Amino acid sequence: MMLAVQFPYWAQSLLRVLGGLVAVLLPAGTIVYLFLFKMMSFMQSRLGPMEAGPYGSMQLFAEVGKWLQKEDIMPEKADHSIFKIAPLIVLASTFLLVAVVPFGPDALFTNFETGVFYALAVSSVSVLGILIAGWSSANKYSLLGGLRAAGQLIAYELPMVLAVVGVVIQAGTMNLQQIVVAQNAGEIFGWSGLGNPYILTQFIGFAVFMIAVQAELTQAPFDMPVAESELVSGYMTEYSGFRFLIFFIAEFATAGVFAMIASVLFLGGWGIPFSWFGWNNIDQIDNWMNIVGPLIMFTKMMGLVFLIMWIRFSYPRFREDQLQRFAWKVLIPVSLGNIMLTAVLKVVF
Amino acid sequence: MLAETLVAQNISFGIIATVMIVGAIRVVTSKNVVHAALWLVCVLAGAAAQYLLVYAEFVAITQILVYVGAVMVLFLFGVMLTRARIGNENDLNNKNWALGIPVALTMFAAMAIALVGGFTDEKLPSPSTAVRIDTQAVSDAIFKPYLLPFWALSFVLLVAVIGAIVLARKD
Repeated sequence: MMLAVQFPYWAQSLLRVLGGLVAVLLPAGTIVYLFLFKMMSFMQSRLGPMEAGPYGSMQLFAEVGKWLQKEDIMPEKADHSIFKIAPLIVLASTFLLVAVVPFGPDALFTNFETGVFYALAVSSVSVLGILIAGWSSANKYSLLGGLRAAGQLIAYELPMVLAVVGVVIQAGTMNLQQIVVAQNAGEIFGWSGLGNPYILTQFIGFAVFMIAVQAELTQAPFDMPVAESELVSGYMTEYSGFRFLIFFIAEFATAGVFAMIASVLFLGGWGIPFSWFGWNNIDQIDNWMNIVGPLIMFTKMMGLVFLIMWIRFSYPRFREDQLQRFAWKVLIPVSLGNIMLTAVLKVVF
Repeated sequence: MLAETLVAQNISFGIIATVMIVGAIRVVTSKNVVHAALWLVCVLAGAAAQYLLVYAEFVAITQILVYVGAVMVLFLFGVMLTRARIGNENDLNNKNWALGIPVALTMFAAMAIALVGGFTDEKLPSPSTAVRIDTQAVSDAIFKPYLLPFWALSFVLLVAVIGAIVLARKD
């Protein structure tokens, strides 16, 4: 399908960079305002920010302004160059992650053949940033937080990878765009009114994936690495001002991007069931889906982030040993079983 | 006949190669264990970027996932649990480090001869003619002609896993 306008290569690259910024920062801001400020407040029977703008909607800009004008403080004994690089590595991993997410039939940054695999690989790079942030702060709390984070993130990366394998077996591809197409062009026992979102057939995979995402984001109940009652705030203890802001943006932007990837893998991504408009494959899709697709995607993402935040605000923290045992003795065997089941069913049907 | 010149690819190759060489030198010369490990990350990530230049997507991403995301993280984890002071340490060098020079030179010569002899005429593939090594081809290769080496490697890993459990058990 040809677009109505053709852009030169430099303009395409510029558009992609701008699109990436929007795809990272817009969800992050919306998530912080809607969920962290408002939903948490309502769940605790208070109003949350109300002064800046209508219903406090400009509060985030005030906060960012405050962080940006703070003094740049660094511990004297810290390893200064690494201390500065660490938050950037974490944020870079988020930006690399959004590069494979498809938002519409043509609205995508890259059409990577090994999309899912790439997403899992670059998301693991953020561990490196967290680990060196903890070490370079020259603070015992930071180092402990960094080590806890690394242990937790490694443990929960495995069930995450294994949960995705079920989807890859069923779709027969690792390309995220083709996974979207496979779900929306699919049918359930000959009925194509809903497509075939993999949340129905891969519900175990979906549950394991979302739990692993919760742990990868170090959101409660998996917030042992930043446990404020024992570690001040873990690897972020010594960070303030705009360096803390980078960690903060990365945390919520990554939540958004992981929710987008989960919606692509399990909820049909940007698509609507193709049978509604009589499309058979990706080339027949009308151009307006490039506008509507991102909106559908955004809606699904907000739904999944709502789930993540709901759990975050509801449950108390896991103990360190419970957390490790849960990953190794429950999630990994369950996801391995899911892979075997999916493989058998794939051969049977 | 002059082949299509790939300016951007050749420039990127030069930049990545320079970063890798500088990184490799800094790994052995830096005075801090964690700094050395981070330079090693640069070298390994550079290798992944070079794989991308020859259109080996799957291998490049595996390099990132395995080496940057897992091996180096576990390495740093271990170093930070045991000894990782901030600032310079002067006793990092082994007394016999000079013995490494002839070994390194021999290795370099052997690899240089093998590479130049084997791939003299090879050029960076152009986007139009490149053989894209897709995931299906990789898995076909592993599970058909290379099945036996693959199994042998799995056994080596299994031995390492059992060894780790034996070492870690207290009884």
